Amino acid sequence: MSGFVKGLLRLRRGPWEMLATFLIALGVFMLMQPFALALYTWSFLVTLAGTVMFIIVSHFPE
Amino acid sequence: MPNPIDAAARATPDPLARRIRGLSDRTIAWLFVAPTIFLLLAINIFPLIWTVRLSFTNYRANRPNEEVEFVGLRNYIRILTDDGIWANMQTTAHFLFWTLFFQVLIGFTLAWLINRKFKGNDLLTTLIVLPMMLSPAVVGNFWTFLYQPQIGLVNYMVELLTGTPASSFSMLGPGGYAPWSIIIVDTWMWTPFVMLICLAGLRSIPDYIYEAAEIDRASKWRQFWTLTVPMVLPFLMLAVLFRGIENFKMFDMVVLLTGGGPGNETLLASIDLKREAFEKWRTGYSSAYAIILFVTVFGLASIYVKALNKVKER
Repeated sequence: MSGFVKGLLRLRRGPWEMLATFLIALGVFMLMQPFALALYTWSFLVTLAGTVMFIIVSHFPE
Repeated sequence: MPNPIDAAARATPDPLARRIRGLSDRTIAWLFVAPTIFLLLAINIFPLIWTVRLSFTNYRANRPNEEVEFVGLRNYIRILTDDGIWANMQTTAHFLFWTLFFQVLIGFTLAWLINRKFKGNDLLTTLIVLPMMLSPAVVGNFWTFLYQPQIGLVNYMVELLTGTPASSFSMLGPGGYAPWSIIIVDTWMWTPFVMLICLAGLRSIPDYIYEAAEIDRASKWRQFWTLTVPMVLPFLMLAVLFRGIENFKMFDMVVLLTGGGPGNETLLASIDLKREAFEKWRTGYSSAYAIILFVTVFGLASIYVKALNKVKER
């Protein structure tokens, strides 16, 4: 866990990509889940944030 | 008197290579790549940027002379608070999940079975991949006949096996069967594609690995889970990526089979998008809808490509 936080602070690709992947997966789940309209409403913002983050952090050093 | 051969040589224009001899390798490389970049910009990038721009307006393509207003995030807010579109997303998710599930399961099993040497192997492979080569329009039309309650083969088979009268239910009508009907047709059509990719993966595994496992007395079950599955996994993931993106955009076959009905039971997001754009002519609104779908597919594809690279590195 501390390695993950250290990676984030040092702007390393691995943990940031993991975070972006989690956001995208969460956004897609929120878009297609049948439980709450509020989740659906915020889904696009979460997916967009994850996708933009993924594009940026894929240029970070390993 | 001048030599006719020399005269002909002088009259011939310099070859292109001689004329561009002064250009650097880098410039020549750019000259070759430029048409592709230009086409990419004109066909892909420009329409994408234009769609983003339209998504913030109330533009209607059937009223080109009407003044276009900038509406900010209104289109996005309307879409993301609409119960109907939320339901369409769930229909799309249902279709996507079950088609991928069945296609991977059946496709991999078929590939595994067909990877053995037996008589008629090639003929069987050709027969299995036939549905994939048909046009979705043709597939949609003939499955409509197969699903016909009175004369269709599917209802007849159900009557034969279960005793339920054939004309008492309709696979494409009300009753809740329609979403499963389109899943069956898509699985029938595209399982061969997954099978072919898995077959390529299975055939890329060298025999000596299995021979070494045999010497180590690994059981067939263990060989399957520790050799076959991990080595086919990158191929399988590639197949899932291709089919996932295609099925997220699925349109033609479902329109021909059910047209999105009965009610909105099979109304996938892509069909709804087409209605908004070209039947209701809400171009700005449908542009926002398209951007939402695009970002979702792009995000998923990014995750998948990353996972694929990780699996390949193992």
